[in-house]
Amino acid sequence: MKRSELLSRILITVAVLGAVGTPLYFWARTPLIHAKVAEGGGWSPDVIQAKVANPLHLSLTSDDVVHGFAVGQMDMQSVDVLPGKVTDITLTFDKPGIYTFYCTRWCGLNHWRMRGTIEVTDASDSSEPAEPALSGAEGVPLYVTLGLDIDAPHDAPSIPSDQRSAISGQQLITDLPISQLNNSDFYQTHSPYQTFEELGNTSLTESQRWDVVAYTWQSNTTPESLANGQRLYAQNCAACHGENGAGNGVFADDLAAAGESSMQTMAGANDMLMQVPVDFTNPTRMLGASPVLLQGKILRGGMGTGMPMWGSIFTEEQIWDLIAYLYSFQFNYHQGESQ
Amino acid sequence: MSKIELTRFPLIKNVLKSRYPQLAVFIVMLAGYIFAILAGLIGTPVGSHNFSIVFVWIAWWAVLILVAVPFFGRGWCAVCPIPLPGEWLQHGAVLSPPDKKTKWLNLRWPKFLRNIWLQNISFLLLALFSSVLLTTPNITGIVLAAMLFAAIGLSTVFERRAFCRYLCPVGGFIGLYSQTAPIELRIKDKQVCVTCDGKPCYNGSQAGYGCPWDVFPGGLTKNTYCGLCMECIRTCPHENIAINLRPFSADLAKPSARIDEAFKAFIMLGSAMIYAGVLLGPWGAFKDAAYNVGTNAWFIYAIIFLAIIFVILPGLFALSILRTKSAISLKQRFASFASALIPLGLMFWVAFSLSFVLTNATYIFASLSDPLGLGWNLFDTADVAWQPMLTSILAPAQTLALVGGLIWSARTAQKAANEVKVTSISVIIYCFIVTLIMLWLLI
Repeated sequence: MKRSELLSRILITVAVLGAVGTPLYFWARTPLIHAKVAEGGGWSPDVIQAKVANPLHLSLTSDDVVHGFAVGQMDMQSVDVLPGKVTDITLTFDKPGIYTFYCTRWCGLNHWRMRGTIEVTDASDSSEPAEPALSGAEGVPLYVTLGLDIDAPHDAPSIPSDQRSAISGQQLITDLPISQLNNSDFYQTHSPYQTFEELGNTSLTESQRWDVVAYTWQSNTTPESLANGQRLYAQNCAACHGENGAGNGVFADDLAAAGESSMQTMAGANDMLMQVPVDFTNPTRMLGASPVLLQGKILRGGMGTGMPMWGSIFTEEQIWDLIAYLYSFQFNYHQGESQ
Repeated sequence: MSKIELTRFPLIKNVLKSRYPQLAVFIVMLAGYIFAILAGLIGTPVGSHNFSIVFVWIAWWAVLILVAVPFFGRGWCAVCPIPLPGEWLQHGAVLSPPDKKTKWLNLRWPKFLRNIWLQNISFLLLALFSSVLLTTPNITGIVLAAMLFAAIGLSTVFERRAFCRYLCPVGGFIGLYSQTAPIELRIKDKQVCVTCDGKPCYNGSQAGYGCPWDVFPGGLTKNTYCGLCMECIRTCPHENIAINLRPFSADLAKPSARIDEAFKAFIMLGSAMIYAGVLLGPWGAFKDAAYNVGTNAWFIYAIIFLAIIFVILPGLFALSILRTKSAISLKQRFASFASALIPLGLMFWVAFSLSFVLTNATYIFASLSDPLGLGWNLFDTADVAWQPMLTSILAPAQTLALVGGLIWSARTAQKAANEVKVTSISVIIYCFIVTLIMLWLLI
């Protein structure tokens, strides 16, 4: 065989092997966490192992639309995960446990299903990470301790004719012989309607009693908590429940359609109703719900509905902030006169 | 304007005659082709950031349709790497003279398939799935690999480059439009070929292989089936092969009257119009139908697609020339006049391609630095943001291409009319109407 022929064959072979081997080699050496809409598979992989105090380097990419990445109950800024691009992030965990990572962008109807876990074990201990409590490190949730049935109907038997003012309520409360209203335990375990009822033995009119309730709810939170709750709501809840809390978020129609189709196989109209995001501007529903009831719903999620479980993502403080913000759809915290 | 023989310049002649420059380009192209397959299969599924989509359907397509075909005819076929592995297998060598005792079947291509109908079908198959093919890297990777393996497989069964000549979906339209190119490979003196002993240009010799495209260069009258592989320049013992610079569309002065080529012209013309409407138009329902392969909407889209190409466009064309008085049969007039659609179709494709190439060209920079979407930044261009290019000249350039194509077609129709001795006015009106529709679709 001529040397030129031999050389040509070698060159072609090297080119082919190089063109096959080079991308395969680098592809195999670059483990990426792929994000896809939940219908396409969500996160892949969706279980990641890590050691306490050892930095965990993650390279994230999206295979379809813009997603976001954040780890629940962790003080971190969420990062965007862009289609075809790679986002690098380094996390360090202080405590062992099972952490939930999730998508922070409204990527699709089942956006909230885009979750995965990071199993963090002690660096010196290879044993299985401890299961996190439903409410994080805070122990058993209050609604469980109280034996509250968070799925039971809780409509308020009566509601104010308009949105009541906390500032008006503040002016009225000084004359009242009631001290427990400022007690956080009372606030957490009573619905606004129950509080309204408690005020039944005073000389206040019904509207005035609702004003006092409004003030009670305001005095159990802070402007910072409300702002934090608003931020969390906009990021995590508004996609379904709507920017203004009216249950008409961008995915609401799709959820209703999904509920309707589920009626083909499930148990009737209730299933469909359950798929409709709750309207936080509805006073009958909201004024009959205690903060602890809402905490339970947020922690656990609405089983059988589209409501995700947030217990593994929000800290307890974040949930209380969020609850305080939800009540702001019912009460006027800013003006003296009722709207 | 007379022809200029480029091969009379020693540098050009030597570069074309030597195997090494072409082989070097082949090797680079083959590596790129295989890399594109791998990128499609293992790279990011996001088309706009995957080498296979960006470099095949944006960069390569732009070079092909805006430069290679209009100016070099089958110039792409001269460097296309698809036949290389199959030919190595078929010849048992890359450079060495052919072994007369081939180990493979070496069959003649079936006579009834010696036309471009299979290429028409293969192009349409890709065209009907194009919305998915052009945006989904792994589909592109699979199709590229399938073409490579089909070429290899056919090389072991049939003689010469059967895939290129009869099956390649791209080769069909390159051949059609190469008739408009200002480059040709032709013999210098017909008498030399007539008296040539053994016809090594077709049968091969120690100097090289017989025409891989199954063409006898002595009989070449148009570019359509000459793949510019340069083998005949190497094998001709009489130095009788020339590469000429010539006027544009010289082959269309005496159009051939083959019905398979005529329908190729309609397929290309119709596809450009449908793509302009579906891929660039504002109708979301059409896009959805084209993208959702296998759904009822897609089947309706496919039926409409095929009806436009095989019934509506050719039907109206036939009607337009039906009343022209001529002793020549309608079929022959139809095929001859269809040559007028060749420059028009090419310019339709130029106008359509300008739109998506200029819109998407910036993806090339990002993909160059990170071809697989693994987070690389090889040339510091990975973060170049998407931005449409030259938007201000897009509409004027498209209009110019379409109007230029119409004038070019009218002149071609006139030449065809002289050949079949009938008036060309009805064909020119047809071209005018489809150009107006294309202008509306694009601009």
